[in-house]
Amino acid sequence: MKQDHKILIFFFIALAAFPIIAHYIEGIQHYIDIMIFVGIFSLITIGLSLLMGYAGQVSLGHAAFFGIGAYTSAVLTGKYGFNPWIGFLVGIILTAAIAYVVGIPSLKLKGHYLAMATLAFGIIIFIVFNEWDTMTAGPSGFSDIPGISIGGYNLDSDIKYYGFVWTIVVLCLLFSINVIHSRIGRALRSIHGSEDAANAMGVNTSKYKLQIFVISAVYASIAGSLYAHYMNFISPSSFSLFFSIKLLIMVILGGGMANIWGAVLGTWTLMLLGAEWLHFLEEFEFLVYGAVLLLMTIFLPRGLIGLVEFLVSGRNKGAY
Amino acid sequence: MEQITLSNQIVQYVFTGITVGSIYALVALGFNIIYNATEVINLAQGEFVMLGGLIMVFFITTLNLPLVVGFILTVLVVTAIGALFERLAIYPLEGASVLTLIIITIAASIFIQGLAMGIWGKDPYDLPAFSGRTPISFLGAMIQPQYLWILGITIVVVILLNLFFGRTMVGKAMAACADNPEAASLVGINVRMMVLFSFALSAAIGSIAGIVITPVSLMEFDRGPMLAIKGFAAAVLGGLGSFGGAVFAGFLLGVIESLFAGLVHSGFKDAAGLIVLLIVLFIRPSGLFGSTEVTKIKKF
Amino acid sequence: MTRKLFAMSLAALLIMAFTIPVMAAEKEPYKIGAVFSVTGRASFIGDPEKKTTEMLTDQVNAAGGINGHPLEVIIYDDKSDDTDARLLVNRLIKKDKVVAIIGPSLSGTSLAVVDLVKKYKIPLLSCAASWKIVTNPNTKKERHWVFKTTQRDSHAVGRIYDFLKSKGTKKIAILTVTTGFGASGREQLIRLAPKYGFTIVSDEKFGPKDTDMTVQLTRIRGTGAQAIVGWSIGPTQVTMVRNWRDLGMTNIPFYQSHGFGSKKNIELAAGAAEGVFCPMAAVSLARLVPDDHIQKKVTMKYNQDYEKRYGEPVSAFGGNSWDAFSLLVDALKAVGPNKKKIRDYLENRKDFIAQSGVYNFSPSDHNGLTKDSFEIVVVKGGDWAIPQ
Repeated sequence: MKQDHKILIFFFIALAAFPIIAHYIEGIQHYIDIMIFVGIFSLITIGLSLLMGYAGQVSLGHAAFFGIGAYTSAVLTGKYGFNPWIGFLVGIILTAAIAYVVGIPSLKLKGHYLAMATLAFGIIIFIVFNEWDTMTAGPSGFSDIPGISIGGYNLDSDIKYYGFVWTIVVLCLLFSINVIHSRIGRALRSIHGSEDAANAMGVNTSKYKLQIFVISAVYASIAGSLYAHYMNFISPSSFSLFFSIKLLIMVILGGGMANIWGAVLGTWTLMLLGAEWLHFLEEFEFLVYGAVLLLMTIFLPRGLIGLVEFLVSGRNKGAY
Repeated sequence: MEQITLSNQIVQYVFTGITVGSIYALVALGFNIIYNATEVINLAQGEFVMLGGLIMVFFITTLNLPLVVGFILTVLVVTAIGALFERLAIYPLEGASVLTLIIITIAASIFIQGLAMGIWGKDPYDLPAFSGRTPISFLGAMIQPQYLWILGITIVVVILLNLFFGRTMVGKAMAACADNPEAASLVGINVRMMVLFSFALSAAIGSIAGIVITPVSLMEFDRGPMLAIKGFAAAVLGGLGSFGGAVFAGFLLGVIESLFAGLVHSGFKDAAGLIVLLIVLFIRPSGLFGSTEVTKIKKF
Repeated sequence: MTRKLFAMSLAALLIMAFTIPVMAAEKEPYKIGAVFSVTGRASFIGDPEKKTTEMLTDQVNAAGGINGHPLEVIIYDDKSDDTDARLLVNRLIKKDKVVAIIGPSLSGTSLAVVDLVKKYKIPLLSCAASWKIVTNPNTKKERHWVFKTTQRDSHAVGRIYDFLKSKGTKKIAILTVTTGFGASGREQLIRLAPKYGFTIVSDEKFGPKDTDMTVQLTRIRGTGAQAIVGWSIGPTQVTMVRNWRDLGMTNIPFYQSHGFGSKKNIELAAGAAEGVFCPMAAVSLARLVPDDHIQKKVTMKYNQDYEKRYGEPVSAFGGNSWDAFSLLVDALKAVGPNKKKIRDYLENRKDFIAQSGVYNFSPSDHNGLTKDSFEIVVVKGGDWAIPQ
């Protein structure tokens, strides 16, 4: 059992304990709601961490995959009355297919070209959400999306949804940890180190990059479906370039570039900063985000998790 | 009711396209100048345009300075900002990975937008047109005099840049750095200085774009990113590194966008330029005028 | 003698010192919540809403509160974001334990919370435009716990169409922005046109960040439209009329949405807004309406108080929050801090004179306004005027 698995067990226990503790402390019950969103967004950032941190690729358009999952669920359940599980499944298949098709030519590109390709892709999908109003209800948004029930058991309270979302996140983390410690993970790290060297060693870089890209897109799609069924309303504005950048900030702030726990930490930190701690800084949202990104990248490239590592092990591991 | 035929409309679209395309061309030039000196893509390029417009508003509207004085002062101020940006955000990161640089320029873009929002708020600002607003009728289209200013100034900038890089010592030194920084420093060129100059020059050009476009389309704090994306699309379409390509592609992109919006569907207008970008990146990343071998060897 | 007197006065003072705070703390505050888009892309809507709410709260408390109870209004900023709006309404319900909520400011952020207030059975008074906020689009019934103050887009469109019909117009062009506001307006423009016998000869769109609509206007020019209806809010409203003027199209009358009604827009248009029409609610008209107009008194007071306190003219958006706040205070006065009673009271409230109109709620109408809450005004000499 790797160290990551041990952390996962502690994490699971903490997650399970939290709603019980919150039940007895006045004034923090609304945190369950916040944690549901932390869970949903963590799914996306975990995928991004795999893509950016381990495989060294960049995506400035992941909000698109989040949106495709959300709209697929919304349309299939809200417009056509399908079972939400069908929505999840179709969302995953559709997203995987699109990620595959877009990934093949995109991942041949490097650095800035790849960044701009993903950026352009993200914006094009956003425009589709906005313009294809016969399907998506356009800019006004898609309202009255039904909730989820598991075999007749309605997920109609925030505690129930909390359990549902975080169970999925923990499963995702388990899967991701196994990928990282597998042959695929090692191949990815070699690509991140030097793609040419990896190629020379016989690693099929294109295949692995594509696989991770599709996996990260699928995570985002699942998150999107979860989002749609919880909010009961989605609009294109939630899937804009700004959200893609926010995801990036979550990953970098937390140190998801260095390890997967950083992604979760970063998501949690940013959500709490926005929802609870920094109300007075609302006017300065842009300044704060920009400053955080700049300072993190220059001074703390391993993010908050790097800080934690440093405090725990007393060593500075340096930049990724 | 006046009779407007399809050909009249097309003339209108083409003129609008050339006007917008001039701005894309100037932004694309800005990308190329920095890219040539440093192989960095400055994703905050659009912010220079925005600052050009808003700072000009400050000089002209708040301080009531004459047009030419305001113009020169604005360009100087934004140039200084560009140099400052290089010193603070790029210089300390010498040798950083491409990913780091991408994130740094995105962060700078967001930060500068935040500053602009703090100073100017979210409202759009206006500038008086350089020579009035009486439209000129031309082949059934109504052309604003400002359109001609935009086109004219763009052409002047392109000519001056050509002279700069082709004839002056500094310009040739910058071009040398682009080709081969090690060789350049071996012959005594201060590469770090060239990088600084490239950012300063790029900022200057961006600010000029901002100044000339504001009388037509106003300016607000968050105009930058969309301009940067389209300017980048033009730069890639023309071939990263090629000035002539950037200018041609800028106009081409503006006209394609305008014709698409006019003749096909106005809602998807932005998508037109982005789809062009994707097609170029997927099929011929070296663009129309770039060299395919060089593109493969370059860092990206 | 003096020592005794001194001791007695000290005792009296101590007794007073202890009883006065006890007396003052006698009545529990009434707590209501508010969520506005104070920052973010819709800050021009949320900011006046917040200011209005703060001003009115101070006025209520200065006059002794509601039946002696101080009023506590907890205002949050959703940054024009759907997810944030949801998180904040949840916070108001669970943590701040408010008894009713005003806002959100936008259709999107409002729709993001309608299911939440239904689940927790708490009344919501939205300040946004879309009819879907109060009416479930699938069942076509009014949402039990949701009310809204702003006029529906169908009211604004209806009022414009009434005016156009009186001018004998037959062919119109529409130019709408691809946001919730624009899409909703477009829906109504298309739906109501046949009822007035209009043909929509051109249906153009543009993005909220677009800086040039000459392409769309050029297309309109070629269609023989007799009037143009432009539907957007934010800088594009101004760009539309500037392009319209720059293209020399001022011979085709231009009608803006009810979002246009602010002096700032006229200024930014730099003369291009001359002759432009738009529907306007009494709140923005105040000084122009005759003295016997039913809303004259409340709108004049609001205009004067707001200008005095904030040094800027009122906006129609602030008026919407005035309405929501005042309706709620009225309900609290009548039935006290009980969520269900407040809801029932609101649902049956009639003849409530407010900024955006006179409200008449009913179980089948949780918006309570009609198209007569609008007047058509025209821009003349850089200011609003009633067209002759």
